[in-house]
Amino acid sequence: MADLYTQIQDEIAKYPDRRSAILPALRHAQEHYGWLSPEALEAVADGLELSPAHCLAVASFYDMFFLQPVGDHVVEVCTNLSCALVGSDKVLRAFEQELGVVAPGTSADGKVTLRRVECLGGCGWGPVVSVDEDYQEHFKTEDIAPLISELRATPRPSESHA
Amino acid sequence: MPEGPTFAQPDASALLLPFAGSRREIAEYEANGGYASLRKAVGMTSEQLVDEMIASNLRGRGGAGFPAGKKASFLAGGAERYLVINGDESEPGTFKDREIILRNPHMLIEGVLIYLWMIRGTAAYIYIRGEYAKEASILEGAIAQAREKGYLGSPLLGTDYVPQVYVHRGAGAYICGEETALLSSLNGERGQPTAKPPFPAVSGAFKKPTLLNNVETVATVPLIVEMGGASYAGVGTEQSTGTKMFSLSGHVRNPGNYEMPLSATYRDLIEGKGGGMPEGRTLKGFVPGGSSMPILMPNQLDTGLAFEAVVAAGSMAGSGGVIVVDDRTCMVRFALRTAEFYMHESCGKCTPCREGTRWITELLRKLEAGLGREEEIDLLLDICNRVEGNCLCVLGDACAMPVRSHINNFRSEFDEHVRLGRCPCPDDAPMTELYPPLMRAPLPLVTI
Ligand SMILES: Cc1cc2nc3c(=O)[nH]c(=O)nc-3n(C[C@H](O)[C@H](O)[C@H](O)COP(=O)(O)O)c2cc1C
Ligand code: SF4
Ligand code: FES
Repeated sequence: MADLYTQIQDEIAKYPDRRSAILPALRHAQEHYGWLSPEALEAVADGLELSPAHCLAVASFYDMFFLQPVGDHVVEVCTNLSCALVGSDKVLRAFEQELGVVAPGTSADGKVTLRRVECLGGCGWGPVVSVDEDYQEHFKTEDIAPLISELRATPRPSESHA
Repeated sequence: MPEGPTFAQPDASALLLPFAGSRREIAEYEANGGYASLRKAVGMTSEQLVDEMIASNLRGRGGAGFPAGKKASFLAGGAERYLVINGDESEPGTFKDREIILRNPHMLIEGVLIYLWMIRGTAAYIYIRGEYAKEASILEGAIAQAREKGYLGSPLLGTDYVPQVYVHRGAGAYICGEETALLSSLNGERGQPTAKPPFPAVSGAFKKPTLLNNVETVATVPLIVEMGGASYAGVGTEQSTGTKMFSLSGHVRNPGNYEMPLSATYRDLIEGKGGGMPEGRTLKGFVPGGSSMPILMPNQLDTGLAFEAVVAAGSMAGSGGVIVVDDRTCMVRFALRTAEFYMHESCGKCTPCREGTRWITELLRKLEAGLGREEEIDLLLDICNRVEGNCLCVLGDACAMPVRSHINNFRSEFDEHVRLGRCPCPDDAPMTELYPPLMRAPLPLVTI
């Protein structure tokens, strides 16, 4: 993995104003640290020459930034209208039972964080579940057990789609 | 294993996606006439291109339906000007821009390059919602291929103009689809809307004049250049020209994205393309343009898909996300799920939206839990009326309008919840859970 400072400088080069690189910079930092810990935010602030408070203010606005530690894998279940009409509530409930958590929560072994999220933009192919930012459409409760055992056996994805 | 997205077969009227499957490789795209419109456009002046757009009468595909040519003509002059493409697509029920990117990414890139040339833009930024990770990498791939072919990053086709195109990923916030919020986000701030004026045409990306359009709008540009604005305007209705992508979801046999001429009707879409209701179910209503739009009733199925037709029917065409609802569905739950979304996505800047969406949600949750009182249904309507039209952006209206329509169209169902002190719907009704509010991630406990 390239070092975070260099990655941030590469992002800055795409914009006439370095402030605009804050979302990609936060994303890289989250990939490096696993979540946006105070050190991660310091590193972003350092790379962008902005204050850590500004970085926190921006990060806390968006749902995809984690301001608390998360598991090695993140599973997100859409329960918005179209998915809910075709059974996403049952899918979420079954995930909760399989993992022994109530969303949002992380399984006791620290492997999987389960979240309920708003519309993911796959409404006609619901229920939609996003696994480490990879969409799985037409999701059925039977798909849960094999998915979870696979995730339990897989390490944290280092750089997703970077 | 769950299957991936399923793409519908196009019919003879399709213009934007007239083929089955996808054409992600530039060679495939060019073999089918791709990038010929860019060559043609480079032989035209900016004024000629804007005139073609005006002649096409193309209306923006992002939700508001603003005429694209007119918008382009408003762009202020200056040495530095930007093009921003809105790929935030987060309105529940909408997934069409995603299909365009998955199946025909080069059509979008070609549209971006034509538009960039038209405004001699400094650069283009495609703002794509953060969750679309795969789609962002497809666009990065398409841009790299176009760069290799010399369409961007170097002087364009014998001119001295050098186009630059970047993908900018969001990070999960519906409000960043609203143009001023998107620009705040792109400018490195929290994604909150700002007051207009100044309009983006004067001060947008990096505080410079900016032309901002939806993915589908820009993907249609190569087609207009190829056909000529006037012949494009021959498709559809006089006020709503061309074809448009509609996202069909909910209780239909064949959900998916369908490209329809704007002269067609919701019946053509829901019954014709969608195959109608699943076995044994009847239609209760349909949301015509994303979850923020008032619901239409079964006797309104013959409403046209055109912008003006939907307005005449008492709703709006919005994003083109059509959600079909069957007879088992509890409309209190449906309204609650709608309101919860807008409460979660309110940026918190103005009071009627921040507080109104929360009160609407709380009252609906109480009603669904069987704890509501008769006067609270009128209170709900009263709150909707006070929110609508009183907010900085239209997110507040996006909550108030559909909820009010659900109450007014299905009032007896709401009353029944109060009378019985519980939800009267059968156990197999969709949406089984009453969730606690979705909160944004809490702040860390450590000070920095
Ligand atoms: C709350 C809200 C959310 C919006 N979300 C989107 C969106 O996801 N995509 C989009 O293209 N337009 C969205 N819009 C509309 C944009 O503000 C803007 O009108 C549009 O992108 C302009 O492009 P067009 O003229 O090509 O339609 C949204 C508007 C509001 C008020
Ligand atoms: S209406 Fe809502 S989302 Fe829009 S600016 Fe006001 S608080 Fe923010
Ligand atoms: S409602 Fe689930 S993806 Fe849109």
